Amino acid sequence: MLQINNVNTHYGPIQALHDVSLEVKKGEIVTLIGANGAGKTTLMMTICGDPQATSGEILFDGKPISGMPTAQIMRQGLAIVPEGRRVFARLTVQENLHMGAYFRTKAEYEETLEEVLLLFPRLRERINQRAGTMSGGEQQMLAIGRAMMSKPRMILLDEPSLGLAPIIIQQIFQIIQKLRDDGVTIFLVEQNANQALKIADRGYVLENGRVVLSGSGADLLDDENVRKAYLGG
Amino acid sequence: MSEASLYFLQQLINGLTIGSTYALIAIGYTMVYGIIGMINFAHGEIYMIGSYISFIVIAGLLGMGMVALPVILIIALVIAVFIASTYGWAVERVAYRPLRGSNRLIPLISAIGMSIFLQNYVVLAQGSRDVALAPQISGSWTFGDPQLFEVSLSYMQLIIWAVTLVCMTALTLFISRSRMGRACRACSEDQGMTNLLGIDTNRTIAMTFIIGAALAAVAGLLLGLYYGVVNPFVGFIAGLKAFTAAVLGGIGSIPGAMLGGLILGVTEALTSAYFPSEYKDVVSFGLLILILLFRPSGLLGKPEVEKV
Ligand SMILES: Nc1ncnc2c1ncn2[C@@H]1O[C@H](COP(=O)(O)OP(=O)(O)O)[C@@H](O)[C@H]1O
Ligand SMILES: [Mg+2]
Repeated sequence: MLQINNVNTHYGPIQALHDVSLEVKKGEIVTLIGANGAGKTTLMMTICGDPQATSGEILFDGKPISGMPTAQIMRQGLAIVPEGRRVFARLTVQENLHMGAYFRTKAEYEETLEEVLLLFPRLRERINQRAGTMSGGEQQMLAIGRAMMSKPRMILLDEPSLGLAPIIIQQIFQIIQKLRDDGVTIFLVEQNANQALKIADRGYVLENGRVVLSGSGADLLDDENVRKAYLGG
Repeated sequence: MSEASLYFLQQLINGLTIGSTYALIAIGYTMVYGIIGMINFAHGEIYMIGSYISFIVIAGLLGMGMVALPVILIIALVIAVFIASTYGWAVERVAYRPLRGSNRLIPLISAIGMSIFLQNYVVLAQGSRDVALAPQISGSWTFGDPQLFEVSLSYMQLIIWAVTLVCMTALTLFISRSRMGRACRACSEDQGMTNLLGIDTNRTIAMTFIIGAALAAVAGLLLGLYYGVVNPFVGFIAGLKAFTAAVLGGIGSIPGAMLGGLILGVTEALTSAYFPSEYKDVVSFGLLILILLFRPSGLLGKPEVEKV
């Protein structure tokens, strides 16, 4: 569904991604793990065209999306839960969710809103509250809900567990699995390698902007180098 | 009521009238600042162009023998708003969009260049002298004590209040309820994220320039009729006043621009009523300096919401 072929990305003179190739198939959960600064966020954002890849090719459903402006890429059936959540702090929870459904009809919006609120009862309780006044976990749920509102075929999640309490992290990982069960393809970036690899069908390891290892979630969990570098032994 | 309080009431009426028009112009500054974090220095010229267009259309329709004043004014309003909006859109395309992402000083300079260009373009096209228009809306409603002081509220003032109220209500509803208004608020918070939701934020930004220009053109028509004259330089001082109003209310805040405009208008009216009127501008710009020194976020400036 998502195919990344030999992608290089630069920030000015600094090269952040080196010849990255990977694939996410329909219905999979694929995770990308790597240390801080490895280039995980850069890869996520390059898929979204912000920044644009300097070379290489990105295909979504077989259609090249590299080179398209960000807004156009994001209308192809792709949604992102970005690093740091980036909910609109001054908008209410409902307005944030409405923003996610910008291109859908009122009826479609209302239908998906109901689904999202069933999944996140906390958001229903806080529907008219400003997003900026909510806790980190609630904001993360809102960011996921907002991404769901466009009914995407694929969701990119950039470190959704960062800075959250263990119990909330459990919930977030459950929701990610539920989304996959509902037919949404998932590309998940995590530093929380243990949990991410447990729910992932396949995984990739990124080091200094290069993919150094890939395999099934279970294989990577067993891999000695991965255990040493990312699982604390 | 005593003579003093009747006199005061009259100043209040005059101040709220001018203040309403400042508020209309100030919206353009505050919305553009809210969304791209920059001051549109060509905005005063858009107001001036709106005023010229109104005069030209009104004089033209009168010259053609048209007599129905409300129809004339509505046609003038529609044409002025349309043409000024086109200029507002052009300012964004020419002076801001190509420079987005560069040093903040650069678009500022290009906007000042745009302002000088527009001013001189009108000087060339229309001459630099005052253009006058005979009063179109006369009559007033008076009250008070004829022996002491008679307060007059002219129909023109009432029209200015009413039109401003309608515009501000429409704008508030648009920003708070509509889909595009919501996108506008989202974009002013996090343009990149709004883009990541598939929304073409270039269009959202262009829309704020257009709305600001449209309201400035409304102010151009109203103040033009109120004063009865226009020249190519009226945009500079009106723009500066409206900018002051926007900063006073809290740049980036729409209710702030409304409040700031009214406060500035009333302050000016009271200053010229009780002190030599030359002090009027001293007081308004003194107010600007005080605000910048002691409360740079303005009266209703948005408190930054901390993201957890
Ligand atoms: N906007 C930027 N400008 C310049 N360098 C950047 C920018 N964003 C990230 N980088 C650099 O690119 C590298 C990868 O960063 P990032 O993709 O954020 O890593 P990760 O998400 O894996 O922690 C880092 O060395 C970082 O300093
Ligand atoms: Mg990151």
